[in-house]
Amino acid sequence: MINMFEVNETNKMIEQENLDVRTITLGISLLDCSDNDINEVNRKIYEKITRLAKNLVSTGQEIEREYAIPIVNKRISVTPIALVGAAACRTTEDFVSIARTLDKAAREVGVNFIGGYSALVSKGMTASDELLIRSIPQALKETERVCSSINVGSTKTGINMDAVRLMGEIVKETAELTKEADSLGCAKLVVLCNAPDDNPFMAGAFHGVTEPDAVINVGVSGPGVVKYALEQVRGQDFEVLCETIKKTAFKITRVGQLVAQEASRKLGIPFGIIDLSLAPTPAVGDSVAEILEEIGLEMVGAPGTTAALALLNDQVKKGGVMASSYVGGLSGAFIPVSEDRGMIDAAAAGALTLEKLEAMTCVCSVGLDMIAIPGDTPASTISGIIADEAAIGMVNQKTTAVRIIPVIGKGVGETVEFGGLLGYAPIMPVNQKSCEDFVSRGGRIPAPIHSFKN
Amino acid sequence: MKKTIITVVGKDTVGIIAKICTYLAENQVNILDISQTIVQEYFNMMMIVDMQKAEKDFGVIAGELEKVGEEIGVMVKVQHEDIFNKMHRI
Repeated sequence: MINMFEVNETNKMIEQENLDVRTITLGISLLDCSDNDINEVNRKIYEKITRLAKNLVSTGQEIEREYAIPIVNKRISVTPIALVGAAACRTTEDFVSIARTLDKAAREVGVNFIGGYSALVSKGMTASDELLIRSIPQALKETERVCSSINVGSTKTGINMDAVRLMGEIVKETAELTKEADSLGCAKLVVLCNAPDDNPFMAGAFHGVTEPDAVINVGVSGPGVVKYALEQVRGQDFEVLCETIKKTAFKITRVGQLVAQEASRKLGIPFGIIDLSLAPTPAVGDSVAEILEEIGLEMVGAPGTTAALALLNDQVKKGGVMASSYVGGLSGAFIPVSEDRGMIDAAAAGALTLEKLEAMTCVCSVGLDMIAIPGDTPASTISGIIADEAAIGMVNQKTTAVRIIPVIGKGVGETVEFGGLLGYAPIMPVNQKSCEDFVSRGGRIPAPIHSFKN
Repeated sequence: MKKTIITVVGKDTVGIIAKICTYLAENQVNILDISQTIVQEYFNMMMIVDMQKAEKDFGVIAGELEKVGEEIGVMVKVQHEDIFNKMHRI
């Protein structure tokens, strides 16, 4: 039988160490909403989302109450809209009207983000894909809760450099159109390589075409719990360190698994996957950077950071995999700059640079995330940064992503405030040398040799 | 049977167990197990209870017990036992 020590340990994690379930994300297929009349598409989308997600928020709250575990976000991901709107959308405005419908549906059911304003163009763009991409700046300007993601490469297909070049311009344009809000639109736009179909975390969440009609995916969190556990083994060797992270990751993931099963049962929607990610927030004691510092770095960004992160990421997976039958999504440690107190401090102190972050993305779960750069950074330079990340993902057979915010009107040394979970960030310097000729070449970078496994 | 765990933490005073137990009895909640200690003047109790015969909803009982706790200056938390089983048992 459960004893008092165990009960207290769990409740201490929740009350003092910020253990929470970061998100219950309901994936909804909109493939059956396509039509050649745009009004009909919008009507069907709104009807399907509000019908399936009607009880999502209340069910989340019910689970929170029964287990006294906070579930921070309830969210929705949908089929990439470039596919859903392909038959109906003739102009970028047609696509923007779908974005408005998604926004309205999200507001109606009470979720804070809806992901899937997306196109998958890792090898080439259809006319519809390109229209959607060109509509992104306006869509993100007009909506509040819609998140957009574009997959520009994969290990199997190589990198679509035409899309990479275009996305540099789109990121810039989105920043320009949302400059009154410190270019906030870019915080809802992510460019991916090897994007997973079942990721529950925003901004990169979409409901892949390999998924069922509806599915529940859950993202767990708990950097604070890992940090606290590591404080208890300070100074001990790597074996003890790894063992501690694994055990903690196991416990955290079990809670996620429980919440996912309950949500699935109560909503009558199948359970998909648990995403094992350690997701930081700007709150004190909820930081991945602080874990790395607890492992032994004076400040994140110091030599040793990449090794410490590699170790952390791997142990989180090893502990988590045993705790859940189905693990997917991104699963690892997130290193968003503006959403992590320790990262913000390190960036402000100059200890953490864009180049070091890039190295860290080789071993963590995603990529360059929530990084503010000067607003006058050329579009081609942003494309170059995207290409570098995509190359890391392609060659290492992992997901990588770029969510970078060129803050219009601001430069290095200034700070930008996004608010809420998105946090705040110092503007980081970018290498001033040009890659214009490189990104202008056009075409594709071929798939790497080790992708030919058949 | 789905069991529920009630934890009570706070400064020790006369009648904490009495107040909580009275509420549970009035609401047809059966107590299966109680363990309790005092750590540095802090009262720490864990109960395992069965709510199957209770007429009120889980959420209502949890809310009312929290209020009973507030009146005597202790924190009362009501949770399904699954969260602990999942985390601590393989």
